[in-house]
Amino acid sequence: MSTAPAHAHPVHKDYQGAKFGMWLFLFTEILLFGGLFLLYSIYRSMYPIDFHNGGKHLNVIIGVANTVILLTSSLTVAVAITAIQKGNKKLTLACLGVTIVFALMFLANKYIEWSAEIRHGIYPNGPELLKMPNGEKIFYGLYYSMTGLHGLHVLAGIIALLITLDFVRRDKITGTDFNKLENVGLYWHLVDVIWIFLLPLLYLAA
Amino acid sequence: MNTLAHGEASSYRSFLESGDRKGILAWILSTDHKRIGILYLACMVSLFFVAVIIGVLMRIEQLSTSHHIFPPAIYNAFFTVHGVIMIFMFVLPGASAVFGNFFLPIMIGARDVSFPRLNLMSWYFFIVGALVVIASLFTGDGPPDAGWTFYVPFSLRTGTNIPLGVFGVFLLGFSSILTGINFITTVHRMRAPGMTWHHMPLFVWATYATAWVQVLATPIIGVTLLLVIAERIFGIGVFDPAKGGDPVLYQHLFWIYSHPAVYIMILPAMGAITEVIPTFAHRTIFGYRAIAYSSIGIAGLGSLVWGHHMFTSGMGNAANLMFSLFTFLVAVPSAIKVFNWTATLYKGSIEVKPPMLFALTFVFLFSIGGLTGLIQGALNVNVHLHDTYWIVGHFHYVMFGGTGMGFFAALLHWFPKMFGKMYNERVAAISWFPIFIGFNMLYGGMLVLGYLGMPRRYYTHLPQYSTGHLIASIGGFIMAIGLVLFFANLVVALFKGKKAESNPWGGVTLEWHTPSPPPLENFEEIPVIKDRPYIFNPETAQ
Repeated sequence: MSTAPAHAHPVHKDYQGAKFGMWLFLFTEILLFGGLFLLYSIYRSMYPIDFHNGGKHLNVIIGVANTVILLTSSLTVAVAITAIQKGNKKLTLACLGVTIVFALMFLANKYIEWSAEIRHGIYPNGPELLKMPNGEKIFYGLYYSMTGLHGLHVLAGIIALLITLDFVRRDKITGTDFNKLENVGLYWHLVDVIWIFLLPLLYLAA
Repeated sequence: MNTLAHGEASSYRSFLESGDRKGILAWILSTDHKRIGILYLACMVSLFFVAVIIGVLMRIEQLSTSHHIFPPAIYNAFFTVHGVIMIFMFVLPGASAVFGNFFLPIMIGARDVSFPRLNLMSWYFFIVGALVVIASLFTGDGPPDAGWTFYVPFSLRTGTNIPLGVFGVFLLGFSSILTGINFITTVHRMRAPGMTWHHMPLFVWATYATAWVQVLATPIIGVTLLLVIAERIFGIGVFDPAKGGDPVLYQHLFWIYSHPAVYIMILPAMGAITEVIPTFAHRTIFGYRAIAYSSIGIAGLGSLVWGHHMFTSGMGNAANLMFSLFTFLVAVPSAIKVFNWTATLYKGSIEVKPPMLFALTFVFLFSIGGLTGLIQGALNVNVHLHDTYWIVGHFHYVMFGGTGMGFFAALLHWFPKMFGKMYNERVAAISWFPIFIGFNMLYGGMLVLGYLGMPRRYYTHLPQYSTGHLIASIGGFIMAIGLVLFFANLVVALFKGKKAESNPWGGVTLEWHTPSPPPLENFEEIPVIKDRPYIFNPETAQ
């Protein structure tokens, strides 16, 4: 998101405006997931026992591991922002790199987890899932939708972090002009926060 | 408004003559809010006519009960595509994307929006979304036929190309969200010195309220449409009754967005009318704050009435009662606006030039639309009227009689400013007659047909409705002629129109203080605003 008009006018950068716009965008993200949370709450009250049973099949260890990974990656982004403010380019680059590695680890775990479930026939229209009661079908429908949409956001975050990393490398983001990094950080924290809600709702539902 | 007198600068380059690039690249790579506004205008008017043609074809089909020109499946595709194009590509983004983009920055004394590149990206999302929807007509297993509402379970069961069409609408929604974010930030951050909240023109207030609805409501339809796609491709079961899903929940999620979306459609048009009426009554607006706050009131209350689309869905009496109550309440801020517009006219020096003609038509037709809305907002009557032509008539009075006429009024009002050319006022006024008469025959006829029991979305009708359908169809054809005349006049003006003055109507808001068309950066110097807008006679106003 840029604040610089493309005109040949003295470049006008409005950091507060850019951050304001970013916060608005984050609201829309919360509302996007909000639709899913709404469906979750209604279906959970309709099928409490099925949701309980559905949660039992999920791999809590991977879920918790991913939570730790994401929380730590939020820390590294925050450190990167502080580092750039203090003019420490090397540390910023390192922290962003570590964040990206964490994000990739998160997705790898997700891949392992989903493959295991798909092997067991638990996926939409999967043979095992079709034998389960309706409430569990819904539970897994929501499980795949919510974690899938969240996974897409992690992927988008990785791309944004890579671009930011490149900006820092080429000194487009510096100690006096780090607004883009801050905004990407905000986005990454949001991805983290949403996961913090997904963990108890899905994995700890049992 | 006491600003720097700009006058007609002797030598200046308008935004149309500025820029390094030539030809089409000067447009599709430009981050100038004015060019982006015109890009939207060109795309939307083209899409509008595609949908008009489909509408005319539907009216042709309804001429006869024995000879069917189009098979039922094609008719289903017609009303779906007509609805999708009109709603998502014309009415919904229309006044906001075109006139909001062009005039919002100028009216608050800014050089551009807060995020010019994001603004261009929004247009790309719009155009790609539109192309995807159009592609869905010709690919897959037939064009979408589920109506613009894509209700489940039919949209899940029908074999047609729903997923692609729905994805196109998702992209259009993204465009709407990004525009909303941009406008809110612009209004918060880019106002000129002295442009306090209560010095802002009312079009800005309306666009600002709209932007909030765009930001807060659109994500809900985004996720809902994604779920429909996932349902079709993977069968996740969330909306599928066979797997325990609840189709009524789809309706809730759909209308949680789509009712506020009605206000996304109407608010900017109301804002435009609020500019036109004082300008042609040469009188300051009556009840500035009431109009400004009623925009916010509509945006707020409008988020709480979505259930009135679902009175017959079986969601329960308590919910029905609450939604009916809020439906009656949301009429209040709209009525406040209508009363204030009328009061503005009182003792004004009214000049009924073409923009004013369409603005007054807006007030008249929108009032009919609003009052018919109250009738179907009553629970018992709604059971009778639900899913009939009454509903079709009602929302065309609001959407077309409201937003459409508002759009036309705004276009006539600001056309000289946007292009620096003057259209033929006589022809514009003449085109009003077929539009107005045809409109009332078509949609008034629909109201009557619906009240008599004609169900909507049927490709044919029982013989007792033939007269009504004939009147409606003839009205439709008359209106189509008027629309062609209306736009042909403007196209001719683009090429052969006389040069427009900087202030042909005697307007007082900031855009009239710039030359026509405005220079690239709108103002040589950012103006300093000392007073409220709409002061037409500074001596008596003090």
